[in-house]
Amino acid sequence: MNTLVTWLQPWEPSLPVFAACALAVSLYAIGMMRGATPGFWPALSYFAGVALIYAVTQTHYDYYSQYLFSAHRLQHLVLHHLGPFLIALAMPATVLATALPARVRAWPRGPAAPLFGALRRVYRILQQPFIAGVLFVGVIYFWLTPEIHFDAMLSIDLYWFMNWTMLLDGLLFWWLIFERNDQAVTPRLSPGRRILLLALIMPPQIALGAYITFSGQNLFEIYDVCGRAFPIDPLLDQQIGGLITWIPAAMMSVMAAIIVLAFRLQGRDSDA
Amino acid sequence: MPEHSVGRWIRPVLMLALALVLGACGGSGYQTKGIEGLLPDLAFRLTSETGEPLTAEDLRGAPTVVFFGFTHCPDVCPTAMARIAAATEAAGEDLDGDLQVLFVSVDPGRDTPQRLADYTDFFSDRVTGATASVEQLRELTKRYRATFGYGEPNEFGDYNVSHSSAMYVFDARGQARALFRPSDSVTAMAADLRRIAEG
Repeated sequence: MNTLVTWLQPWEPSLPVFAACALAVSLYAIGMMRGATPGFWPALSYFAGVALIYAVTQTHYDYYSQYLFSAHRLQHLVLHHLGPFLIALAMPATVLATALPARVRAWPRGPAAPLFGALRRVYRILQQPFIAGVLFVGVIYFWLTPEIHFDAMLSIDLYWFMNWTMLLDGLLFWWLIFERNDQAVTPRLSPGRRILLLALIMPPQIALGAYITFSGQNLFEIYDVCGRAFPIDPLLDQQIGGLITWIPAAMMSVMAAIIVLAFRLQGRDSDA
Repeated sequence: MPEHSVGRWIRPVLMLALALVLGACGGSGYQTKGIEGLLPDLAFRLTSETGEPLTAEDLRGAPTVVFFGFTHCPDVCPTAMARIAAATEAAGEDLDGDLQVLFVSVDPGRDTPQRLADYTDFFSDRVTGATASVEQLRELTKRYRATFGYGEPNEFGDYNVSHSSAMYVFDARGQARALFRPSDSVTAMAADLRRIAEG
């Protein structure tokens, strides 16, 4: 029992993360209570995505993320790949919008319309496939640059900034991949372009993961400097982290491509 | 293609913004790793090697180098202590003020004040040993983004301890200034100690 309580307690409580997860869950639940019917699987996918993000940031797991490179890589796999993947797959926009009072839903057309217009333009720029792909791979490379990684793991503020950038970029990217609404602000790419984008982000991730896995030297000194969660060979820790960056991360592209194809086939069936 | 022309300017802008965010921290001009603004001020409550309580206030007035280790440590700690003893010796020659080293044992189960006193005396007069309960040590190491863990004991009851290998340098006012990593040379450490001691 004590162990469970310890595990459920956050290592570094973060109000923004806690509030964002609570808001995400309650808005979706309110949307469902107000009559939105996302269906069982999308709802499960959405809640699982939010739960995973919460689990890797606001439980004792975060302790391991801070003091083991391999656990850190798994945390980022959830924050950047798996969690946002599941949320975007659920396409929760309609349910979330249902939860909002009509007054709030009218904001984009109210006096603040120019602000929303500007936000929409920035969003659409970020969601250009080329930029989205560069950003997706770019944030992984950026935070894994040894000097930058060192500072990010040393300063608690930079640590949260890093995790937020991973999460937000993950949401942007997977939203672009799974968007199925014609009227949405997100550019609606053809299935072929989505699969091409998914294929293009794979080689750089594989290259980086393989480089870390096979590097004979200890690339991320910070874990020696700060101490590891338990005595483990630094290179073994690094190799496991490299494999996580390499294989499951690239596999997510394959899974997403299969899903995009399945949607395409489903669309054809319903057209027929 | 419009998206390409946008991509051309947005990437440098993003990289510049991130570089500024990161560049604002750490401080420049250090030969080791500058950590100004990255870590909080020195604050602790420990039991010193004399058995007396020791707080950060007791160490104000002179730069302090803090190291987390344990006296049964086979390699990392003796090397680190020998290096910092040499660096403080080299830096201290031209300085009027003092330089102090605090060896914080994260193995209170085995490191008694007496054992700590014997251990630190071996390296230099500038080194003081201290320890606390595991909970207090957890709190202190967490403050400096460090941790420690215990391995499984062998048949003789000996166990390994994973701990931070860095030395945290605070100035006379207790502000975090530099981090000495195992890869930093004694010359670089001495130069930065002098710099920090001089203000």
